[in-house]
Amino acid sequence: MPVNPNLVDVVFDPVASYHVGREKIREFAAATLVTDLQLTDVDVAKARGYADIVAPPTFPIVIQEKTLAQLLAYPGSGIDFSKVVHGDQQFEYSRPIVAGDELIATLSVTKVQSLGGHSMVTSESVMTTLSGEHVVTASSTLVVRGDA
Amino acid sequence: MSALWEGIAVGDEVVSETFVLTREHLVRYAGASGDFNPIHYRDDVAKRVGLDGVLAHGMLTMGIAISPVLTWLGDSGSIHRYQVRFTKPVYVPAVGSAQLTCSARVTTLPGHDSPDLTLSLTVTAESGQTVLGKAIVVVTPR
Repeated sequence: MPVNPNLVDVVFDPVASYHVGREKIREFAAATLVTDLQLTDVDVAKARGYADIVAPPTFPIVIQEKTLAQLLAYPGSGIDFSKVVHGDQQFEYSRPIVAGDELIATLSVTKVQSLGGHSMVTSESVMTTLSGEHVVTASSTLVVRGDA
Repeated sequence: MSALWEGIAVGDEVVSETFVLTREHLVRYAGASGDFNPIHYRDDVAKRVGLDGVLAHGMLTMGIAISPVLTWLGDSGSIHRYQVRFTKPVYVPAVGSAQLTCSARVTTLPGHDSPDLTLSLTVTAESGQTVLGKAIVVVTPR
């Protein structure tokens, strides 16, 4: 079954708000071999003008995963998870994420394309504070491999 | 205080660092990120879906690729945009390791047209093959 092109019209509910914790940031920084102290040491982050430690640039993937799970679970999406490959990824920030942030992410599918038997699904997850201030938009293209 | 890029020209390589990846790194990243797709830790599952073996999460490679840049910048909060294209898988054997060499070159300097510093990242596997394409970091200095 090909990917349903009507996914671009689907309005997804925001996922449950995500509380960015210090230890989660530290765990993620360690896992991605990031050693800049601003990401782990509260005093260093505060000395550089931040309210708390700063999340690594790719940290929003943790929240984006929750929105992509909605996409994969959508009835009739036509996306077979076992055939999904990550094509590209982008993060566009209005401001950095710091520990203590509470973020709400909302998914939308921006493009569904067919290319040489494969489907490409481009989506973005817009992350804002509870009061609606934009923080970061995480965009990705998932390539769904066709049957050979 | 002088700007970080003082004395640096477009085209200059500002960082280069080699990282060694083992299966343990993949398991750690799975836990930290919540991506538990078994193709990142089980050889039998990876082979069943037509892969040559267990591969690193693309997002792990993306996360590591920017690590030297973060240290060089000293202010990860000034990163405005970070994008990559995943072009080749990074296979990580059960025994032994894989190597990734991550470097960054200056493509634009802050100037009259734009306050942004733009870097182009290159990530190379041991074979010499690059594993990311169009890997770009846009920094808006505070």
